[in-house]
Amino acid sequence: MEPVHRLHVRSNFAVASLASLTIGVAALMAACAPATSSSRASSIPPVNMSPGEPLPDPRVGLRAGKMDAAQAVWNLRVVSQTPPAEHFVGVTNSDLAFVGNYAIQGNYNGYQVWDISNPAQPTLKEGYVCPASQSDVSVYRNLLFVSGEGTSGRIDCGTTGVKDTVSKDRLRGLRIFDITDISNPKNVGNVQTCRGSHTHTVVVDPKDPDNVYVYISGSAGVRSPNELAGCIRARPEEDPNSALFRIEVIKVPLAHPEQAAIVSSPRIFNDLTAPARHGESPEDVAENKRQVAEAKAKGGFVATIRGTEQVLPGFIITPVLDSIVKARGGTGAAAATAADSNALRAALPAMIARRIGPEPPAGATRPGPTQCHDITVYPAVGLAGGACEGYGFLLDIRDPAHPVRIAAVADSNFSYWHSATFNNDASAILFSDEWGGGGQPKCRSTDRREWGADAIFRIVNNQMQFQSYYKLPAAQTKYENCVAHNGSLIPIPGRDIMVQAWYQGGLSVFDWSDPAHPHEIAYFDRGPADSTRMASGGFWSTYWYNGNIVGSEISRGLDILELTPSQYISQNEIDAAKSVHLDYLNTQGQPKFTWPATSALARAYADQLERSKGLSADRLSQVRQAVGGAASGANAMQNKAALGALAAQLDADAGTSSDGARVRLLAATLRQLGG
Amino acid sequence: MRKSYTRGIATAFAVIAASACATASHSTSSAAPVISQPTINPQSEAAAIQQARTDSLRRPYTEADIRFMSGMIHHHAQAIVMSSWAASHSASASVQRLADRIINAQQDEILTMQNWLRDRQQPVPDATATGMTMTMGGMQHEMLMPGMLTAAQMKQLDAARGPEFDRLFLTYMIQHHRGAVSMVKELFDSYGAGQDEVVFKFASDVNVDQTTEIARMDKMLIAVTLGIQTQ
Repeated sequence: MEPVHRLHVRSNFAVASLASLTIGVAALMAACAPATSSSRASSIPPVNMSPGEPLPDPRVGLRAGKMDAAQAVWNLRVVSQTPPAEHFVGVTNSDLAFVGNYAIQGNYNGYQVWDISNPAQPTLKEGYVCPASQSDVSVYRNLLFVSGEGTSGRIDCGTTGVKDTVSKDRLRGLRIFDITDISNPKNVGNVQTCRGSHTHTVVVDPKDPDNVYVYISGSAGVRSPNELAGCIRARPEEDPNSALFRIEVIKVPLAHPEQAAIVSSPRIFNDLTAPARHGESPEDVAENKRQVAEAKAKGGFVATIRGTEQVLPGFIITPVLDSIVKARGGTGAAAATAADSNALRAALPAMIARRIGPEPPAGATRPGPTQCHDITVYPAVGLAGGACEGYGFLLDIRDPAHPVRIAAVADSNFSYWHSATFNNDASAILFSDEWGGGGQPKCRSTDRREWGADAIFRIVNNQMQFQSYYKLPAAQTKYENCVAHNGSLIPIPGRDIMVQAWYQGGLSVFDWSDPAHPHEIAYFDRGPADSTRMASGGFWSTYWYNGNIVGSEISRGLDILELTPSQYISQNEIDAAKSVHLDYLNTQGQPKFTWPATSALARAYADQLERSKGLSADRLSQVRQAVGGAASGANAMQNKAALGALAAQLDADAGTSSDGARVRLLAATLRQLGG
Repeated sequence: MRKSYTRGIATAFAVIAASACATASHSTSSAAPVISQPTINPQSEAAAIQQARTDSLRRPYTEADIRFMSGMIHHHAQAIVMSSWAASHSASASVQRLADRIINAQQDEILTMQNWLRDRQQPVPDATATGMTMTMGGMQHEMLMPGMLTAAQMKQLDAARGPEFDRLFLTYMIQHHRGAVSMVKELFDSYGAGQDEVVFKFASDVNVDQTTEIARMDKMLIAVTLGIQTQ
């Protein structure tokens, strides 16, 4: 049997010694031991764990160390771990973008370009020093975009910061580099914005080949109008040109990136009171709706308060009703007629206005967010997911310069809506909550599992319906900053699988094909960076790119890992995922995956149908045999006929299968394989 | 030479480990995880260099940074005291949940501020809900940070129970959070302040987290004022 768990490390970095490996084997045996006990098989695994997940969780109690922490890995293989380049050591590594064979890793001191054509040995192609927080990076063709938010960023990329509160040297916004020669990037333009750029999102308009758009999200303070003209700190009620409550859209002419400029500042937060019941969890919202419906059915009293219908309690209603009845000479509330009730209903808005102030006209008040933290666009479906402080948004981006909000959700368990990921067919969306800002330890056993987690929603008729939370199942120490952070889909066909960074909680690969029951299927984790105090570290982002999982580790550098087959993912599914090739990737510009018709794809569907029991064992064996014949290159004409006949048979099976849609996908793949 | 030798050993042991595990766990098809314990010595030097670089890359900080990081400790400490009363003062479930989260968040943030001050050899205030001691004109004053409740307001809150506690708690916590937001504004309006990475990030987080929470509390306050239970 091919050993699936080898820890390959770069020889100049984490060299394993005999002694430490002996410890490793001992620990490993201990970790294996409970798997044989019969009691475990029947026990229910903790929330978000798979039934077969090893217990006790080996991620708990890992030895600390900045560069030498103990590591736990399950259903993955560590391919390489590369420390930061010289000028970036000790400075926060941030997000990742990919182009060709290169991974571009942001760093608060600039960015590093890694050649990852040999994932076992990434080599530094370029380390560009240009300090800025957070140095969020994106690519498009020959252009590289880098975010600057902090007040210490300089236009000249200098390292001395900017002390003056108003300065012509300060850069807060978007830097644009020409990376035609990737080892010699040229800063061809900058676009300054009022609140800087915490993150940004490149939007490719399928209808506009000459330009690319960049959405700027910046949650920091508004700079002085003396530093950048037109930056207004006042709220929109006081000044319609307020820099609050809007995002910036930059248009970048591809032939002239130096002419990049802000083309619109959409106020996607307007009128937010009406669609969202802010501050309540979805369960609360559902319960409120139920109460409202019940009250209406029973002739109760309902009022619209700040855009939401609420049932009014008896102690407010009864005295008023009482006085209405008495005013016409009746005995009291108990004797109220329908006419009395209607009179009260008519009087309610004024009554409520006296208690809490009048209902504001639409658009006049803005209790919601002033900014988005990050926006994930999915141009193939014309949608974007906006993670905007206290809200999750669904945006229509078919006109990229003018995004329009079409739905909003809030959740009282969510502190800070941080980022969004669609599933591949855009029938579901996952938002993460970066509770505590990423620097705090929110995965301790004492932290609630629905706090600092992901929330998963189904998208039905452009509305979002809450399904479940997902949170890293392994408890971390108080010295490990840990909360939901950046991740991407892994293109396993027919399933929604994602890899996500949890800072010092490590990375977690999970399956959310059933949005109501997400569960973990692989992980990698290190011990704390420091055993005595909180020291910043952990994965900022972990993304799948052309066959590997690439992780940006805040202090430890660049990690590359590979999925290994398990009961949750077969080798065929991994092979099918690896057949998807991207020329470049900005995770916040989500690409739609399509799979070339390969024998791996057919086998992957067959494996899934075996798992779901959606096809009989006999049929599965026929499929595998036929695919094997096609792959061996035997008589092409015979194969075509055999695959076609089998596909027709599968189409018939689909009608009675419990997993009919997948059977049809398999049939279509067989037809394509036949040519 | 040494490198390839240790690497060979590493692979050999990993193989043994993997097969040992495969045998032990045959009753389930799920593989057990590998735990590796890389050796310490070759790394300690790299770690030391890293720490030294982290230290040397620190941007100069100002009085305004220190004032913010010290004052916010007291500010947070008071929010924790207020929140800790939710359980004993018969708060509604939604206020209790909010209070729990404030305690959790602000306790962790106090440690962040204390670490930051300690790393820079600055006096580290205890997390007490008092004012900050300031020397003005040769006289020492205890000054409450913006938005902090006066002794009278604290007494009033402590005396309230049930719906009245909810109403007062939300009213005062909105006031308290607004004070924190104004402290961030004052920080960034100060010459040379907020250049430090930790200060910038922490202050920005306080700004967005508490602004978001104010909006949430505003809504809750309306419900409480009208006597509408959302739980």
